Amino acid sequence: MSEEKHHIVSYRTHAFVLLALLVLTGISVAITQLEMGPMNTLAAMIIAGIKAAIVLAWFMHLKFESRFFAFMVSAVVVVFLLVLLVTFFDYSYR
Amino acid sequence: MTVHRDDLGDKMGMWLFIFTELLLFGMLFVVYAVYRSMHPEAFKLGGDELDVVMGTINTIILLISSMTVAMSISAMQKGNKKLALTLLTITLIIAVVFLVNKYFEWGAKFEYGFNPGAPELLELGPGTILFFGLYFIMTGIHALHIIIGIALFIYVFWQIRKDKIHQTDYVWLENTGLYWHLVDLIWIFLFPLFYLIH
Amino acid sequence: MSEANNAHNVSYLEYKGQYKGLFAWIFSTDHKRIGLLYLYTMLLFFSVAAILGLLMKTQLIAPGYTIMGPQTYNSLFTLHGIIMIFIIVVPGLPAVFGNFFLPIMIGAKDVAFPKLNLLSWWFYIIGILIVLTSQFMGDGPPDTGWTFYAPYSFRTPTNVLPAVFGAFVMGFSSILTGINFVVTIHRMRAPGMTWFKMPLFPWTLYGTAWIQILATPVIGITLLLIIAERLMGIGIFDPALGGDPILYQHLFWIYSHPAVYIMILPGMGAISEIIPVFSRKTIFGYKAIVLSTMAIAFVGYFVWGHHMFTSGMSGRALYAFSFLTFLVAIPSAIKVFNWVSTMHRGSLHMQTPFYWAVSFIFVFMIGGLTGLVLGSLATNVHVHDTHFVVAHFHFIVFGGTGYAFMAALHYWFPKMFGRMYDMNWANLGWGIFFIGFNTLYLPMFYLGIMGMPRRYYDYLPDFHGGNIVSSLGAWVMVSGIVIIFANLIRSARHGEKTSDKNPWGGKTLEWQVDTPPTLENFEEIPTIVKGPYDYED
Ligand SMILES: [Cu+2]
Repeated sequence: MSEEKHHIVSYRTHAFVLLALLVLTGISVAITQLEMGPMNTLAAMIIAGIKAAIVLAWFMHLKFESRFFAFMVSAVVVVFLLVLLVTFFDYSYR
Repeated sequence: MTVHRDDLGDKMGMWLFIFTELLLFGMLFVVYAVYRSMHPEAFKLGGDELDVVMGTINTIILLISSMTVAMSISAMQKGNKKLALTLLTITLIIAVVFLVNKYFEWGAKFEYGFNPGAPELLELGPGTILFFGLYFIMTGIHALHIIIGIALFIYVFWQIRKDKIHQTDYVWLENTGLYWHLVDLIWIFLFPLFYLIH
Repeated sequence: MSEANNAHNVSYLEYKGQYKGLFAWIFSTDHKRIGLLYLYTMLLFFSVAAILGLLMKTQLIAPGYTIMGPQTYNSLFTLHGIIMIFIIVVPGLPAVFGNFFLPIMIGAKDVAFPKLNLLSWWFYIIGILIVLTSQFMGDGPPDTGWTFYAPYSFRTPTNVLPAVFGAFVMGFSSILTGINFVVTIHRMRAPGMTWFKMPLFPWTLYGTAWIQILATPVIGITLLLIIAERLMGIGIFDPALGGDPILYQHLFWIYSHPAVYIMILPGMGAISEIIPVFSRKTIFGYKAIVLSTMAIAFVGYFVWGHHMFTSGMSGRALYAFSFLTFLVAIPSAIKVFNWVSTMHRGSLHMQTPFYWAVSFIFVFMIGGLTGLVLGSLATNVHVHDTHFVVAHFHFIVFGGTGYAFMAALHYWFPKMFGRMYDMNWANLGWGIFFIGFNTLYLPMFYLGIMGMPRRYYDYLPDFHGGNIVSSLGAWVMVSGIVIIFANLIRSARHGEKTSDKNPWGGKTLEWQVDTPPTLENFEEIPTIVKGPYDYED
């Protein structure tokens, strides 16, 4: 039952992915040293989101796996964000 | 009974487990969001007490370890057992270094009395108490996952040496890799939310 | 493997593996044996918790001290709740009938991860043992209720820690079952069994399994935080340290409302199997049931706040949660219409499983409609934390899951044990149980509306009349349970042997395999061409 075709990610790609992650880490450290008020957190979260997407796609092979895997991951993220949103129906209007 | 093998099914099981972990940490992020929205100033001051350099170093080495474990899967797929083992060893060492850093970080916080229940902390008011409560719980559970990851690496390392995991049957290595990336994913969010509040 | 012990012709009950005696069961990775392990454990603990309930109802037969004081009463309802929720209804139908029948119904030899399946049962047992230590060690049995609300759960001197930790461990069991079922359904359906040729019980298990995966970790972390609070005073839920106890309620119900669907969805699935078989008719609106199942699983995730209408949440949150709660009632109602329409103009066979299924619809309707009373803000304020709530959730959890469980047990019993139970005793037991059940819980609606609060060992003399009726009903209902259990236990051991593959005339795959099934269920994996309820040809 096990499929034979596996996508092998090259060492070079892995190295590039790491480089991108390190650059993004640098940017997020640098950016949060600036004084931007609440935008700081927003920027940090956006960069973290991009980093997470990169890890999911390349290191965790989502890009090469059946589409259903990516769908499941997105569904879980959506459920989490909705829970967060619904919780703040309470805390934003107390 | 006939041995039934389904690598895709095994990987799917691992992903489902990863979802449970994401939601477990996810709820801690919900708690974090709620209390940070209540005490923004105290969280900022709490963040200033954390060591950005130490946090950045840990972020960098954890990212590197994520790459080495991903590379070790590639090596295994290409049938390069020796390289796969070397890369796994590097990952394992990095995991230990991460814990050692964490140990010193936590030690310093204990020294200043930021640990839960410390009288110094109780004087700092609710926001700071909550910040450090969350800091210890979240980095603590994260560290626990690193320890489990180390145990998994040792097991997988052993199985590769015994050729139980090999070029055509390496789903254990893949799933261990997935687990390790999960640990990395969580840290990607923990790092800015605790160390980089400004 | 010797010929006599061939996996293809030996019943799973008689198969001799590498272990003997009890070990052949508690170390078996056969999904059917694991299902029975869960069944026996649940029947044992259900009996214990039912006796606790009976003691509480006996205490309430008159105001003041009847047979126990307040502290005993508090620890009884706590233990009753912990056992009934975490040990019985949450694992409930998936653990017993899901394990036993899911692989057979989709044409597989076992679940995807048989070893994890066994591990799941062991987590369950270890969790139970840890919970039980809370009763006998430390500073007395916990008195928080099964909800472990903050801040009382870390202020009370009683032995909350093992109860919370035991529930935490049982969570792993639930998660592993969920993971197992999702992968099994995705990867192991027989050739030809497309998603929409899958029977409804597996469908509801699929929805349930997703909730188990996505909701259980929430209670896991919440219970861990209570442990951290008790051991280290971490402050997250402690108002004295700046924490917000309402946040505990949020987290607790983010799990525990979806948990209601973990309890009820598989029950709905079992009812959807039974009704077409005993009506000899194709299920009405197969796709509507499937879609409403998935809709319930999804929307049910965002309605948790209806348990907290009087907690001090913001006004907007109240509206949002009330609205979402009404929304989630729709798919449940769709299912009721489907069942009734299936029976309409069917050729009804009045046998025990069908009695249970029909009475399920009846009590589930009462439970569901009173749920709307609780879901609307204006009425909720009046009946919150009264016996109205107790009556409502017993109609849903006991009336829903409990009836469905008994329906499923009487439906699949001959297949599981290769023996038939005594129908007359079974029907008598059902009748007495049904009368007792309604006598017990219906007066509680009235008492609640009159203002009798829940979780008190005492009440005002005004409530005496209703309580007498209710307590008598408890005794009648328990007599019914005794008859049912005695009949089933006797029949499982000495009942009339049957190898009839299909005693009820079912169309799904489990009725085409041997009775009782062989170790590997199928000699050859079947190829599916027809839909699951083809009565029309
Ligand atoms: Cu609810």
